[in-house]
Amino acid sequence: MTDITARLDALPGLDPRAPLLQVNDLHVEFRTRDGVARAVNGVDLWLNPGETLAVVGESGCGKSVTAQAIMGILDTPPAHVTGGEVLYRGVDLLRLPETDRRGVRANRIAMIFQDALSALNPVYTVGFQLAELFRVHRGTSRREAKRRAVELLDQVRIPDARRRVDDYPHQFSGGMRQRVMIAMALALDPEVLIADEPTTALDVTVQAQIMSLLAELQRQRDMGLILITHDMGVVADVADRIAVMYAGKVVEEAPVHDLYAHPGHAYTKALLESIPRLDFKGQPLSVIRGLPPALTDLPSGCAFHPRCAYAREICRLEPPPAYRIAPQRITSCHFVREVLGV
Amino acid sequence: MSDVVLETRGLVKHFPARRGAVRAVDGVDLHLRRGETLGVVGESGCGKSTLARLLVALEKPTRGEIRVRGEDLTRLKGAALRRARRNIQMVLQDPYTSLNPRMTVGAIIGEPYDIHPDAVPRTGKARAVQELLDIVGLNPDHLNRYPHQFSGGQRQRIGIARALALRPEIIVCDEPVSALDVSIQAQVINLLEGLQRELGLSYVFIAHDLSVVRHISDRVAVMYLGKIVETGDHAAIYEQPTHPYTQALLSAVPVPDPRLRGRRDHIMLEGEVPSPADPPSGCRFRTRCWKAQPACADHEPLLEIRQRSPHPSACHFAEIRDVMRRF
Repeated sequence: MTDITARLDALPGLDPRAPLLQVNDLHVEFRTRDGVARAVNGVDLWLNPGETLAVVGESGCGKSVTAQAIMGILDTPPAHVTGGEVLYRGVDLLRLPETDRRGVRANRIAMIFQDALSALNPVYTVGFQLAELFRVHRGTSRREAKRRAVELLDQVRIPDARRRVDDYPHQFSGGMRQRVMIAMALALDPEVLIADEPTTALDVTVQAQIMSLLAELQRQRDMGLILITHDMGVVADVADRIAVMYAGKVVEEAPVHDLYAHPGHAYTKALLESIPRLDFKGQPLSVIRGLPPALTDLPSGCAFHPRCAYAREICRLEPPPAYRIAPQRITSCHFVREVLGV
Repeated sequence: MSDVVLETRGLVKHFPARRGAVRAVDGVDLHLRRGETLGVVGESGCGKSTLARLLVALEKPTRGEIRVRGEDLTRLKGAALRRARRNIQMVLQDPYTSLNPRMTVGAIIGEPYDIHPDAVPRTGKARAVQELLDIVGLNPDHLNRYPHQFSGGQRQRIGIARALALRPEIIVCDEPVSALDVSIQAQVINLLEGLQRELGLSYVFIAHDLSVVRHISDRVAVMYLGKIVETGDHAAIYEQPTHPYTQALLSAVPVPDPRLRGRRDHIMLEGEVPSPADPPSGCRFRTRCWKAQPACADHEPLLEIRQRSPHPSACHFAEIRDVMRRF
């Protein structure tokens, strides 16, 4: 069993100098009785070691589906990856045999979820579930696997790890369960961690603890982190770069400071203006009119045009191209100049 | 203070547990003036939702009074209770589970009129419902549709219309926007603010999101383990908090401005909220508090104005610390 890592190191096409993770023109659709829902419509993303990329957007924008496609955990059917590639160090994961794909998961790319209670198995102790990773992927003995499980719980700062290792998931609080899930994700030293709304279900004081733990572990391991969230506050605290998604597309991508100071897409700008602020009591909130579009019936041209204050005829007719407005900034808005105010 | 529409005194709700009781709400005094919004913030388990249910008489308090326009809700029964409840209605958190999927929107919004037949003449019910739909920004012709035909934001508007049906003076909103996306959240917050101006409503606005509460509230009460630990107008709470818990809570809220990274006062609390079935003696926050002294275990601090706290604060060592300051 120890040959999993050896096998992964020998994946055909693996190039240690290639980008850690690169997603090109990814398409995912859900084929349902009510029609085809186009959840992801040409997403491009990239991630470097040690970097935090935040993928932000509202419900149904395709951020979680993108993550699940990268991980290879979409339910097919109804979901189908219909195009694009997911390159890990130059290897297209979408074309990998399932055994290798399974090896990449957990060993190279791991994921944590919003709801730790349903992500953990309720009938096994957390120690058993952690140890199982070492036994299956590393062929470690039971005794040694358990020792490493305790060590991991200690690393994610669960008090009294030696005793808690024999507890079941329901015996942990929400914050502690999220720590257990982080321990599981990091057990096999992945190079990429995808965190899908990791603190959304937690209270703010616990959220602060978890985000600081994640940042510390990321620094220690020089791990790439993709943080999927709707919370523009959390993003401002931790992200290096941000990709804003709307209706299955990345509509803007920018370094964190640029995005907040000078949003380059009408949607990003409207989104930022609609958030109530803790640090001052504002005027009536500006509102994005209407609703996000139905994925079974996307608007023509720019998908945001029916809700956009800048929209004109061209927005209805033509999808905006991706404009590179600075070395690390891309935006898909016909009126990027007006939005930026230049 | 004749403009006080709602007041609680010594409000307590204990739920029986296997051993002892869960002390969900444990002595809450608050008041609400006409046209005002009182924000109630706190983390899971602090008792804010139980408080909401007590205020609208969905739960019977263990002790204490709830006075609506001076009349004690807790002593009323039957027809008198039903009449009093008209004046204090509720908007619930989850627009997906708080509307009956088998009822049309017209039936949902009109149901209060079935319970209170004298509220509108029988022939005027359909029109009243259409007016309510219009007030909350929905198409009045949609009254024969079912909840699943509406989005989350629209469903929350339906919940608001239902709460308005009996023309209450007071609406208790329990996390009314926390299930919604930000762009939709802003629409619902603006709607609630607009309705308040037009109809002179008073709100008790319960939420865990401190940014939303700051935006909408005139005054704020911070709860921890069943008690209010600090209260004051929004500027006092957000700019001059004196209770360590309020300070820690505010410092943990992320602000959507990356320029503040590393320039804010971050107070990292140790551990988690203790069980309300077995709260610490004395000050309930002392087990997580960096200021705690032996005295905190023996003497429970009262919620009162103190030498160094210009507004009521339940801490022996209350002192202003502006955690919002940038440095």
